[in-house]
Amino acid sequence: MNWSVLLSISRIHILSRIKQSVIAGLGVTFGIATFIVLVSFMTGLNGLLDGLILNRTPHVHIYNEILPSKQQPLDLYSAAENSLSFVHSVKPKSTAARIHNALPLLKILQGNPQVLGVTPQVTAQAFYTAGTIELNGIIHGINIQEESRLFKLDDYVMEGNILDLENNNNTIIIGAGVAQKLSAGIDDRIQLVTAKGNVVPLKIVGIYQSGLADIDNVQSYTNLKTAQRIIGEGDNFITDINIKLHHMEDALPFARNMEKLYGVTAVDIGTANAQFETGTTVRNIITYAVSITLLIVAGFGIYNILNMFIYEKMNDIAILKATGFSGRDVKFIFISQALIIGLVGGTLGLLLGYSISTLISHLPFETEALPTIKTYPVNFNPAYYFIGVVFALSATFFAGYLPARKAEQIDPVDIIRGQ
Amino acid sequence: MEVIRTENINKVFHDPVDVRVLKDISFTVNTGEFVSIMGKSGCGKSTLLYILSTMDTDYTGQLYLKGKLVTGNSALQLAEIRNRHIGFVFQFHYLLAEFTVLDNVMLPARKLGAKSLAEIEHDALEKLRILDIAYLAKKKARRISGGEKQRVAIARALINNPAIIMGDEPTGNLDSKNSDNVLQIFRKLATEQQMTLLIVTHDEDFAKHTDRTIVMEDGRIIS
Repeated sequence: MNWSVLLSISRIHILSRIKQSVIAGLGVTFGIATFIVLVSFMTGLNGLLDGLILNRTPHVHIYNEILPSKQQPLDLYSAAENSLSFVHSVKPKSTAARIHNALPLLKILQGNPQVLGVTPQVTAQAFYTAGTIELNGIIHGINIQEESRLFKLDDYVMEGNILDLENNNNTIIIGAGVAQKLSAGIDDRIQLVTAKGNVVPLKIVGIYQSGLADIDNVQSYTNLKTAQRIIGEGDNFITDINIKLHHMEDALPFARNMEKLYGVTAVDIGTANAQFETGTTVRNIITYAVSITLLIVAGFGIYNILNMFIYEKMNDIAILKATGFSGRDVKFIFISQALIIGLVGGTLGLLLGYSISTLISHLPFETEALPTIKTYPVNFNPAYYFIGVVFALSATFFAGYLPARKAEQIDPVDIIRGQ
Repeated sequence: MEVIRTENINKVFHDPVDVRVLKDISFTVNTGEFVSIMGKSGCGKSTLLYILSTMDTDYTGQLYLKGKLVTGNSALQLAEIRNRHIGFVFQFHYLLAEFTVLDNVMLPARKLGAKSLAEIEHDALEKLRILDIAYLAKKKARRISGGEKQRVAIARALINNPAIIMGDEPTGNLDSKNSDNVLQIFRKLATEQQMTLLIVTHDEDFAKHTDRTIVMEDGRIIS
């Protein structure tokens, strides 16, 4: 078959009806552009919302849970083995808050190939005091560098330098809510009263805002040593171990394994944040539903205009067939017209979509909850652009295919006779 | 040598009632003959021409082109036969309106693909020159007059040097001056180039100037 002849015919058809071609092309352009903008923006927002939780939540959290013993003494008593036994008023077992053998456990975890990073934590209850006022507080002793590497803690530190926390003992980063209530700023000193009654003065080196008032009103960070000193324990006193894995999906089996191997309580992210996954799924479904609708509407627009194109070209079809072009040639001419319109319109759609996305990503978006976010989040994933082009081509192909097949089957005698 | 031969061609229109429009048509057209088909409206002459042109395949009987049986060939083969061996001139000039005159003339040759683009363009200009319309080459087909369009259509019919040129009342839509002109062209092609021509017409003047006239009435050849 002589493709260049057929393509030159399509080209002349497209150019001679340039207005309609442009309208058909714009249908594709706007369809693809809105698809890209919508998907980029929605997945960008989704990523932001997911990040709110995912960034700050360890994939596996190891700690000692206060629980009643699973085996009560009665269960061990062989005489009661075959009887129905009741134990009333069961109390939780007294367990140490610290993780047994935490330091060797940390070493083992750091060597595990599945693990991206591990941070130890010491959690202590304390009161912030200002004059006669005592505010409830939770102090986290952390390894600040690992914490900012794995959980982006530095994103939430509004003022001050996190390194000061690591280099100097007796320093603290307090929540924004606490700072406001105590009217304290950087370089001020605050007094902590521990559960055991010790008074510890600490220097504020940073102010931290998570966006969740409940946390900002209570939580503060010190380095590990300071936290251990506040509760009067030694270096090996670690209450929590937070683990980030390379792959989030491994969290559940990994947590199970930890429990079995080391007799600790290990909670994976899926169990700790079940509602989070539902939210993500629902948002994704909405995104896909809206974008598919957009693409279908664009597809129908193309179909309509190509149909019209072909009805206008009946005469040309008859001539082409009379002078020796086969039905297949005619079909190819119209499909190639559709594809050219799809390709040009789709490419412009990508450019337009990219431009609008870029514009959106520069619009200011400031919210208390997200101190580090200054503009709207947009996901510039090349996959969406790829999907856009593939869809533009396949939609125009099918939209062109049906009318083109009609053109293939038109009997030239009917048209010549009808004139 | 025969160019076209038919044997007992019959055609029935089924819609709305069965009408037998062609009855046992058998005739031969030889190389270099200028043949016209005459007859009143509705006698079946155009229908016969569509069958001879291979565009209409819904008939019984046999059609031979240059001694080869054409009846029963596939649509693809028939398209190729039309492209290579048959040139068409219609009553309503049938040019691609958005294309230039030169493009219109070149299209069948480009479809055939036997020559390079430069050669085809050269041939097309040559044909236009023979018909005295070379000056129209770059004009859009919809911008030229009816008589000019018909001459362009003849040039297009000639481009692949076909075995036969078929015309479906090619002068039916033209004034007398342009009709004469087209007739002269056909006459010249027949005498000077030994072109075979088969023209359907109801113009007796036209028919008088042809080598042979086939007269049809009620679906039969009567003389």
